[in-house]
Amino acid sequence: MTGADAPKRALVIGGTSDIGRAIAAAYLDLGWSVTITGRDMEAVERELRDLATRHDGATVETRHLDILETASFDGFVDGLPGRVDTAICVVGMLGDQERAQTDADHATQVMRTNYEGPALLSETLAARMAEDGGGLIVGISSVAGDRGRATNYVYGAAKAGFTAHLSGLRNRFAATALRVTTVKPGFVRTRMTADMDLPGPLTATPAEVARRVVALERRPADVIHVL
Amino acid sequence: MTDLSGWGRYPRVSGPLGHVADMAAAAEATSRMRGGVARGLGRSYGDAAIGRETTLAATGLDRMRSFDPVTGLLHVEAGVSLAEIIATFLPRGYFPPVVPGTRFVTVGGMIASDVHGKNQHNDGTFGDHVEWLALARPDGTRLRCSPGENPDLFRATIGGMGLTGVILEAAFRLKPVESGWIRQTTHVARNLSEAIALLRKTGGATYTVAWIDVLARGAALGRSLILEGEHAPADALSPRQDRFPAGGSGRLGVPIDMPGWLLNKRSVAAFNALYYRRGVRAARAPALVPWDAYFFPLDGILNWNRIYGARGFVQHQCVIPDAAAEAVLSDILDRLSARGEGSFLAVLKRLAPASGLMSFPMEGMTLALDLPVSEHRLSLLAEIDALVAGAGGRIYLAKDACQSRETLHAGYPDIDRFREIRRETGNATRMASKLSERLGL
Repeated sequence: MTGADAPKRALVIGGTSDIGRAIAAAYLDLGWSVTITGRDMEAVERELRDLATRHDGATVETRHLDILETASFDGFVDGLPGRVDTAICVVGMLGDQERAQTDADHATQVMRTNYEGPALLSETLAARMAEDGGGLIVGISSVAGDRGRATNYVYGAAKAGFTAHLSGLRNRFAATALRVTTVKPGFVRTRMTADMDLPGPLTATPAEVARRVVALERRPADVIHVL
Repeated sequence: MTDLSGWGRYPRVSGPLGHVADMAAAAEATSRMRGGVARGLGRSYGDAAIGRETTLAATGLDRMRSFDPVTGLLHVEAGVSLAEIIATFLPRGYFPPVVPGTRFVTVGGMIASDVHGKNQHNDGTFGDHVEWLALARPDGTRLRCSPGENPDLFRATIGGMGLTGVILEAAFRLKPVESGWIRQTTHVARNLSEAIALLRKTGGATYTVAWIDVLARGAALGRSLILEGEHAPADALSPRQDRFPAGGSGRLGVPIDMPGWLLNKRSVAAFNALYYRRGVRAARAPALVPWDAYFFPLDGILNWNRIYGARGFVQHQCVIPDAAAEAVLSDILDRLSARGEGSFLAVLKRLAPASGLMSFPMEGMTLALDLPVSEHRLSLLAEIDALVAGAGGRIYLAKDACQSRETLHAGYPDIDRFREIRRETGNATRMASKLSERLGL
C-alpha cells in the first residue's frame, strides 16, 4: 500500500473520556485508522473493543499514556506506529474547586492534568508532526479559561494556560503545513459533569463536540466554540 | 433524590438513583445493595425498575464487546440499547432475533423482562436467544450463567425482573436479513373468533400480530386487522428503495401532558374506526414497510406516554390459555366496550411457552391494552385480572402496576421455585424493587 492509499491516522489522547470516545468513533466513520491512549489499560481495552465492534473493518490501536508522566512523552511519540495526520488532546480533569483552594496536591494535579501535561505533549507531537510533513493538532480547552470564575478558577486557569500555549504553537508553525486548533466547549454532558446541574439547551453532547472536531478536516479553523 | 416511574408514569416514587461507569463499578454497587434493583431505559410500564430503597442506573454499561459475523454472536454490556444494536448491525445485514414494541430498551432490561415480539410463537422470547450472561450479586460475586452453567440461576434471571442480581453483560445471536424492510400483509377479521382462527393458522408468517378494535360491539365484537410480516428479500425492493433505511429520529415529540379529557370515548372510537377502515382497504395487497414503522410505530413519537395526561396510564397485558381464550377474551371485550373503555393500543397475539421461571408467555392468546389511570378503571382491571386468573392465565410483570398477589400466584406456577432461588443465593431481601415488594416476590 502506498502512502497516498493508506488510511489517515488520528491519535486521540484521552480516548477513554466521553468526548475522546465520541471523537475516535467520528474519525472511524470517516474511514481513518485511530489510536487511542489512556492511563488505565483495562479501560482503554474496553473502548478498543467497543469501537472495533461498532465499526466494521476498523483499525483501532491502543497505547498507554499517563498525562502526568511527562518524562514518558518522548518515548511515547517515538513509539507511534507511523505518521499521525491529526492528534486530538482530550485529557482533562475538573477537580474540586473548594478542595483545590486548601489542598495543594489536588490543585497541582488539576494544573498538571489540564495544562502541564497537554502543553508538553502537544510540543513533542508538534515537533514530530512538523518533521513528518505537517498535520493537525486539536486541543480541547474550555471556555472556563476565558475568565476566572469563583466556582472553577483553578481548572479555568490551567485551561487558560493550555489555550495560550496552543495559540503560541499555532503562530509558531503558521508558515508550515502544521495547523493547530483550539476547541472551547461550554458545558458538555459527560461523566465529568454528571453531578452538575447543567443548563439544558446550552449543553452540548460529546457527539456534537466530535462532529465539530472532524469538520475541521474539511474546514480549518484556529479556534472553535461548541455552544 | 430522583423522581422515578415506569413508562406508564404510574406509580411515581422519589428515590436515590446511582450511576455507574463500568462493570466493576456496577458489581461494587451491587455488593452494597440493601433493597435495590437495576434500571435500564425505564420502559417497563409500572414499578419494576424502581428499587425498594435504591435504584442503580445501568445505562453507563453501554459498550459493545465483540461481534462474530459468521455466527452472528454479539457480546455487549447490559446497558447497550436495542436502538444502538439495530443502528450498528442492520446496515451490515443483521437484525435482533426478537424485538419488543420499542427499541429504546437495554439488553439487560430485555433479559430481565424476557421480552417477546411478533414472532414469539415461532422464535421464542429474547431469553431463548441468550447464550450466556454475567450477573453481579449482592454477595460481591460475579457469576456467568447459561443453559449449561448455573442453569437454575439462568432460568430465574431470564424474566426474573432484575431480582436475581444485576445483569452486567450478555451474548446472543443476531440473524441475517437481506433488507431493512418488512413485507406486510393485512387480513381482516370481522369478529373475535375469526381473529383467533387467523392467529392460530399454522404455517403462518414469521411475524403476526392483530390490532383489535376494543370499542366494536355486538356481531363485530373483537373485529381486528391481522398484520403478517416477513423480512423482505433484497430483490423485492424497487431501485429507489434504500436497502437498509435508517430509522426515524423520533423527534416528533409530545411536549406537554395532554389533558386527560382529550382521550374520551368518542375520540378513541373515531380513531379506531378510521384505522380499521383503512386496514380493510389495504387488506391482502402486501406492502413494504420500513423496519422502524413495522416494529416500533410509537418510537416515532417521543414521550407518547404523555398523551394520557399527567395522571399516567396503565398498560395491561394478559395471556389466556387456548381452551378458554375465546370465551374469556369476549368477556373482557364485552366489559370494555360496554363501559366505552377504548384503548388506542389494543393488541391480540398468539403466544407459545417460554423457558424462564417467571417468563410471561404461555400457550394461549395475549391481549394488551392501555388505559389512562382512574379509580373506576383500576377496578375494571381488577375484574379483568379475576377473569384471567380464573382461566389459568397470567399478567405480564413488565407492564404491571396493579395486579394482586393472588392473581400473580395463580398465574405463575414456578413462583415458589423462583423465591427459593432468590433465598438460596442470598438476595431475597437485598435485590428488591417496588414491584417485588408489592407482589411479595
